[in-house]
Amino acid sequence: MKVGCTVNGEARIVDQVWEGESLLSVLRERMGLFGSKNACEQGECGSCSVYLDGTLVCACLVLGGQANGREIVTVEGLLEGEGLHPVQEAFVEAGAVQCGFCTPGLIVATHDLLRRVPEPTEMQVREALAGNICRCTGYAKIIDAVHLAARRMVALQRAAI
Amino acid sequence: MVNGRVGDAVRRPDAVLKVKGDFPYSSDLQVEGMLWGATVRSPHPYARIVSIDVTEALASPGVRAVLTHQDVPGRKVYGLEIPDQPVLAIDVVRYWGEAVALVAADHPEQARRAAHKVNIDYQVLVPLTDPEVALTPDAVRLHPDGNITRQVKIRHGDQDAHADVVVTGEYEIGMQDQAPLGPESGLAVPDGEGGVDLYIATQWLHVDRDQLAACLALPPEKVRLTLAGVGGAFGAREDLSMQAHACMLALRTGRPVKIVYSRPESFVGHVHRHPGRLRYEHGASRDGSLVYVKARILLDGGAYASSSTAVIANACCFALGPYECPNATIDGWVVYTNNPPCGAMRGFGSVQNCYAHEAQMDKLAHALDMDPVDLRIRNAMKTGCTMVTGQLLEGPVPVAELLRRVRDVAMPPALTTDPVHLTDMPGGVSNTTHGEAVRRGVGYAVGFKNIGYSEGFDDYSTARVRLSVAGGRPRVEVHTASAEVGQGLVTVQAQIAGTELGVSDVVVLDADTSVGSAGSSSASRQTYITGGAVKAACEAVRQRVLGLAQAEFGGRQAEAAAGLRLEHNAVVSGDGVVVVQLATLLGDEVIEETREFHPRQTSRLDPETGQANAHLQYAFAAHRAVVDVDTELGLVKVVELATAQDVGKAINPQAVEGQLEGGAAQGLGLALMEEIQVRDGVIKNASFTDYLLPTILDMPPLRMQVLELGDPHSPYGLKGVGEPPTISSGPAIVAAIRAATGRALARVPVRPHDIVDTGPRGGAPGEGLRPAAAHGGSPPA
Repeated sequence: MKVGCTVNGEARIVDQVWEGESLLSVLRERMGLFGSKNACEQGECGSCSVYLDGTLVCACLVLGGQANGREIVTVEGLLEGEGLHPVQEAFVEAGAVQCGFCTPGLIVATHDLLRRVPEPTEMQVREALAGNICRCTGYAKIIDAVHLAARRMVALQRAAI
Repeated sequence: MVNGRVGDAVRRPDAVLKVKGDFPYSSDLQVEGMLWGATVRSPHPYARIVSIDVTEALASPGVRAVLTHQDVPGRKVYGLEIPDQPVLAIDVVRYWGEAVALVAADHPEQARRAAHKVNIDYQVLVPLTDPEVALTPDAVRLHPDGNITRQVKIRHGDQDAHADVVVTGEYEIGMQDQAPLGPESGLAVPDGEGGVDLYIATQWLHVDRDQLAACLALPPEKVRLTLAGVGGAFGAREDLSMQAHACMLALRTGRPVKIVYSRPESFVGHVHRHPGRLRYEHGASRDGSLVYVKARILLDGGAYASSSTAVIANACCFALGPYECPNATIDGWVVYTNNPPCGAMRGFGSVQNCYAHEAQMDKLAHALDMDPVDLRIRNAMKTGCTMVTGQLLEGPVPVAELLRRVRDVAMPPALTTDPVHLTDMPGGVSNTTHGEAVRRGVGYAVGFKNIGYSEGFDDYSTARVRLSVAGGRPRVEVHTASAEVGQGLVTVQAQIAGTELGVSDVVVLDADTSVGSAGSSSASRQTYITGGAVKAACEAVRQRVLGLAQAEFGGRQAEAAAGLRLEHNAVVSGDGVVVVQLATLLGDEVIEETREFHPRQTSRLDPETGQANAHLQYAFAAHRAVVDVDTELGLVKVVELATAQDVGKAINPQAVEGQLEGGAAQGLGLALMEEIQVRDGVIKNASFTDYLLPTILDMPPLRMQVLELGDPHSPYGLKGVGEPPTISSGPAIVAAIRAATGRALARVPVRPHDIVDTGPRGGAPGEGLRPAAAHGGSPPA
């Protein structure tokens, strides 16, 4: 089947998508977007988190065919020009990245949290990221990174006003 | 490019790629004309293979090859210590999920579907799944030499010692999975001349290569491995998984072949932490001094040996915990069964025994009416004391200090119910309690283990360091075969080179087998051993640079030349004056040196007494856990963890903290939720839906104290960091639940029905409730 969708602002059409194929597989194997990760492929770990029409989803739980005519943003689409998004910058700086396999999903999920809740409490961070499993960090530096990103994004927004 | 020195919180160079989604993990590799491999696996834990028919599979759409054990070109078995595991099953399968045949096809789905069309006729046998039964002489022999993979005996002091106060206990540890998020995967590319290049996520390139060369019947130089991005390891990537399979398919088809395991397949594609049954007896004098310890440790190694022989040695060497005791009798066995194979996981034998020795210390404190921390401090190992193996402990042994430090951390505030914050409650926003029946408990644990490989293994690493001028600036390239698995090893290598050569532009090249072995990213050893190799190679480069400088400038400034050193990209005199810029001094010259670093040798445990200087270095950590337990529902909220650990020297403080935090989380997982459920040899929860991993809601704040006491023998005084946090965190949590509930909790992970008293029920171990033993200890059943 043919699937046409917008991915990171670019119109994409892929052919011969198998009916049972996930959006994750379409992104990775047919579009070469390997940023969304294949850790559990069951919607438990959040490593493949992407936006589908602005809603945070696990790409492994969306059929490729369901993406037809929709707009998708992956971790690769969050860069600000050539530079890192403040969320990405904060993850690097806070030491929130070890093996990094969970990182793209956490970046997208954090991006989603901070656009809804610009200054989250620690418990709001925990609730929002409870669907993203990290096996390396024990999460402490991820929480640090989210708060660091929030402070910077709020400061940037205030400076812009 | 990395610019930073030893002791700086340097940003890791791979982090930018990782946050962008651009870091190439082994499962992301693609090459033109690539095929996909799939593995046919046994649906039985124990069966005879009567016949294998590949005709239907071979005729399936897109299929390019179907292989069985008959197609293994060389040695048909592999293994880290004992080559007992078939590359593909030969005549018999010994565990559920064992690899039997391989398929390569154009599309992964074609390969998976064809795998179902390999028709295998099995004669199903009764699996041997109880390790106690495996020990008995009448049990079916799963391997030619019997079912005992290794027995370890340690005899220390008086074997007939008696004591005023005696406590006993029997403990059971469930099977934990490493659950690295990156699945087993790799890409094998045939070179057209009979050789193969493998891009692979592994912990040790050279041990993979050597096993592959034997199985593929190729000389080692025809099997070249390059490290692909590794999505975590924790021991799961020590053994071969799909490496030989991908290479066989690539060599057979003449096409590149990629294999990526699914999560369910990953659960049978790597070894796990050994489940254990541990029976202990502690004797102490009335003043609380340990008099003797007797321990019997039985680990279930599953179907193949993997690193079981080393795991049982560790379980026995560290059986007492970091306590001095004049007399000890320790007997350990690791046995073959038809359960999933077990091997390395973070903590490596010291995790299982820590649950037992720390529960025993709490029982003993209760029996003696002593404070549990005071009892531990009274018996704590210190510098100059000896292990039960007779090895003298040199350098800092801060067991008592670590315990005092975690005890002295201010307690978190009490649980408030006015108003109720659901997120603070066990059960969280599920709204299962408003604080009624919630009890708080505090528990302590301390543990230790060896750093580096033990028992006479020549545990070395190799580093090549190259200094040249690029773009008018001096530049250092570091090349090793060491596996960055997420722990931050690339950064550490760069920091060491930057420190030793005073150069700000340092690049760590991709790890591959074109340089000598670095040993494994295991046993918390890489910063010590590969760090030591990088340091040694840098020292050799430095000597040559200073030789050049001395030849050129020494005559004029003889006095200053004596103290020449490298700093800020220049040769600097003893009094800090720049003698010459490195770029000027070197010009077009390239200085390259390769060095191996071999730390102190260890020796093998005596088979009758277990006496030996078996280990290179010892690392210690202590934890305090504070928990709130809903005693009606059996739900636990870990409120806070506190830890203190001696890391010798923090090469990268931010990375050290990351190890302490991540290691504690894996300890929490085993204490409370992580267990591979095996029934009659079959894994019942091979997915992340059913195998529970700690989430960000489960992991409490961790109060850390990092001590840098300096080891006299190691580079920069550092100690291995990665494993100690995983050893004592879980036992501290279980101690805290015991304190909150008064339950014996002899088994981990602790499940709700272990906490809630619904009355004793029968049933096999691990299935039903166990009768609660009185706190203070009744004899083992």
